[in-house]
Amino acid sequence: MKLNTGIDRFIVAALFAMAALHASAQIPFERILNAQDEPESWLTYNGSYNSQRYSRLDQLTPENVSELRLQWTLQNQVFGAWQSNPIVADGIMYLTERPNTVMALDAITGRVFWRYRHVPAENARICCGANNRGVAVLDDRVFMGTLDARLIALDRVSGSPLWEVEVGDVDRAYSITMAPLVVKDQVIVGVGGGEYGIRGYVAAYDAATGEEVWKTYTIPGPGEPNHGSWEGDDWEHGGAPVWITGSYDPELNLTYWGVGNPGPDWNAGQRPGDNLYSDSVIALDGDTGELKWYFQFTPNDAYDYDSVQVPVLADIEWRGTPRKLMMWANRNGYFYVLDRVTGEFLEGKPYVRVNWSSGLDENGRPIPTPQPEGMPTFPGNQGGTNWYPPSFSPRTELFYFSAWQDYATIYRSEEVEYEPGRAFLGGGFTVLAPTQGAPTIGIGRTNPINNWTNEVGFASLKAMDPQTGEEVWSFDQFDVSDSGMLTTASDLLFTGGREGYFHAIDARTGELLWTINLGGQIVMAPVTYSVDGVQYVSVISGHALSTFALPN
Amino acid sequence: MKTLLSKIRVRMPLLFAASFLLPLQPLWAQEDSDHQYTSEAVEAGLQVYTRECALCHGPQGDLVDGINLSINQFRTVQSDMDMRQLVTDGTADGRMPAFNLRADEMSGVIAYIRAGFDTEGVAVVIGDPVRGKALFEGKGQCADCHRVAGVGPRTAPDLSNIGVTRTPAVLQRNLLDPAAALMPINRPVRLVTRNEETIVGRRLNEDTYTVQLIDSEERLRSIRKSDLISYEISDSPSKQATTLSSNEVADVVGYLLTLRGLQ
Repeated sequence: MKLNTGIDRFIVAALFAMAALHASAQIPFERILNAQDEPESWLTYNGSYNSQRYSRLDQLTPENVSELRLQWTLQNQVFGAWQSNPIVADGIMYLTERPNTVMALDAITGRVFWRYRHVPAENARICCGANNRGVAVLDDRVFMGTLDARLIALDRVSGSPLWEVEVGDVDRAYSITMAPLVVKDQVIVGVGGGEYGIRGYVAAYDAATGEEVWKTYTIPGPGEPNHGSWEGDDWEHGGAPVWITGSYDPELNLTYWGVGNPGPDWNAGQRPGDNLYSDSVIALDGDTGELKWYFQFTPNDAYDYDSVQVPVLADIEWRGTPRKLMMWANRNGYFYVLDRVTGEFLEGKPYVRVNWSSGLDENGRPIPTPQPEGMPTFPGNQGGTNWYPPSFSPRTELFYFSAWQDYATIYRSEEVEYEPGRAFLGGGFTVLAPTQGAPTIGIGRTNPINNWTNEVGFASLKAMDPQTGEEVWSFDQFDVSDSGMLTTASDLLFTGGREGYFHAIDARTGELLWTINLGGQIVMAPVTYSVDGVQYVSVISGHALSTFALPN
Repeated sequence: MKTLLSKIRVRMPLLFAASFLLPLQPLWAQEDSDHQYTSEAVEAGLQVYTRECALCHGPQGDLVDGINLSINQFRTVQSDMDMRQLVTDGTADGRMPAFNLRADEMSGVIAYIRAGFDTEGVAVVIGDPVRGKALFEGKGQCADCHRVAGVGPRTAPDLSNIGVTRTPAVLQRNLLDPAAALMPINRPVRLVTRNEETIVGRRLNEDTYTVQLIDSEERLRSIRKSDLISYEISDSPSKQATTLSSNEVADVVGYLLTLRGLQ
């Protein structure tokens, strides 16, 4: 090439500059491993492998948070609960919307660079909404699981598909709603379908090729340990899905996954035994997927108490000894502290009213106290909490999550025969309400009028002390909340709720510092990131993603 | 920490299980000739409903907002054909999946929904609407608080559409045991503001920071809870159980069932 004009020189210089920028914008595993050290980006579902949803950014403070201003809004064009969690890397946001669309957008302006749309197979069966909770990124690829149980890799820059594999059989109602987890050169996903009699698993794929590397079932087959916790052929369609992103401890090289309910959901008598590893946390080897340990929260569950909560990891001094902990507010109403090296149960206490069990024994196994037929069970079917991500602040050493207070349901069980691809529920439930026929809480909120009221349940944000298993403070809302949490290095706590208020709360005291009515349910957690020295906080409310920052 | 005004509540014991097990009555099992499903279909429909629909819609059909299947309240569906199509195709927005039901399963589930989720068919006595209207406006004193078709006060809920939104059994219970039938959102409220204004009214909506109500002067008010020094919510409706005879109650129910909004 002959460089005889200024224009040519300019072009060559620009190309070199772009190549340099391109190289620096790569997202290798090492960056994800050290995500907490670069809080400018939000590189995984929960911000870092320990899933603390804690950011070291501190430009926003309790003093200035009330000056937050809306910077931009992105409107979702598809109706339905928007549970997606954005990934932000080097000023670019990667976001999904229903049913399986991925977008890359400028994190400063909200303008979209590219959009990729996957149309799920028509026979995809999703129990509880066409949800997708976001993507994972690695190197120059973006990964999305789909409602028809496929895993798709896209080019991060162009949005073009690179490979696509079948993770599960859509005809048997396997699905994926969770954001994948990337570990080393593997993309790991779990499958949904706990209401359709699937046999759950977690599977890993080569990030470059899509080739399956390993697959670990959440229900042991014949000859495997704990297969005896099922009778007959119940294990073949016993549910135990994995529909929320796990966590990773690089020192132990263990990934941790919450496992969902056994099936049929409400007829526990039809599947005698503990039904392992339903309603458990499982620790899998980071390379091979081999099961290292498990802890079951709810054996032989009759209440749909999926244990799909995010495993929150922390290395702190616990009762005088430095320990590698896992904290877990479970859907079954108990808050747990586990040793994540071994799975040992350390502490467990109810955080809401619990009457399905009278307590936990020294190994953390619940003492069952099933309620008589027709009587309410606390917590109700949606649980004391559910899938929405908690936060742990290493500064306050408190664990924050959304609980549903005073919420109960009346269960009814019945015999049901398994048919592939069909709902496998074994009964039903009614939400306890003060008046027969009164409106009750459902999955999500679309009515601007709260005509069910706090008499059927309300939100209580709880700040738990893992040292005691007790709540230090709580922040109540009139409606229930499916909002996750975000904490920052300036001791701010951001969260929302079904009413559409976005709140900034003092993470130490629970004092409300700032709130704004965004007008639609907040059913995911906020994220924070920084571009050109400006800290942003983004949250999805209803059908809009809103991003705030301080005025210039 | 609670940042909000603590509420004073006049509490009555929650009504537990028994009240939920009362069967709802079929409003549509009346004259309408296009609802002729066999009781076998209704019975079979319960099975299909439990298996396919109950997870999202709930056993009482009321878990999806804006829809209450047991009282035939839908977002878009009017005819049985509409329902058949919706169930077969699902909704384009992905909220409801498509279901591949056999013909007998489809008929069953529609029959069950049209029967108001009642496989037994215990009938509430439904009296004469003309006599019922006279009782409503006169001796029964209903019209003293309730508004119908643009006539009457607005302090109690407007009943112009009540025949669509309530079953005969619920209407009857409203007359006989109003405390057990009062919808929580409609509870009477009494607020005192920092300006020492006392506001009495009926709650329309509420959230963590605000409450919306219609006051005794029929004004729509939206109040910030931070402006209140007290906020009482009564569990008792302002009306008492009716003293009308059972025949008269049946007549009033008959009249209420004719109130079906703008025709």
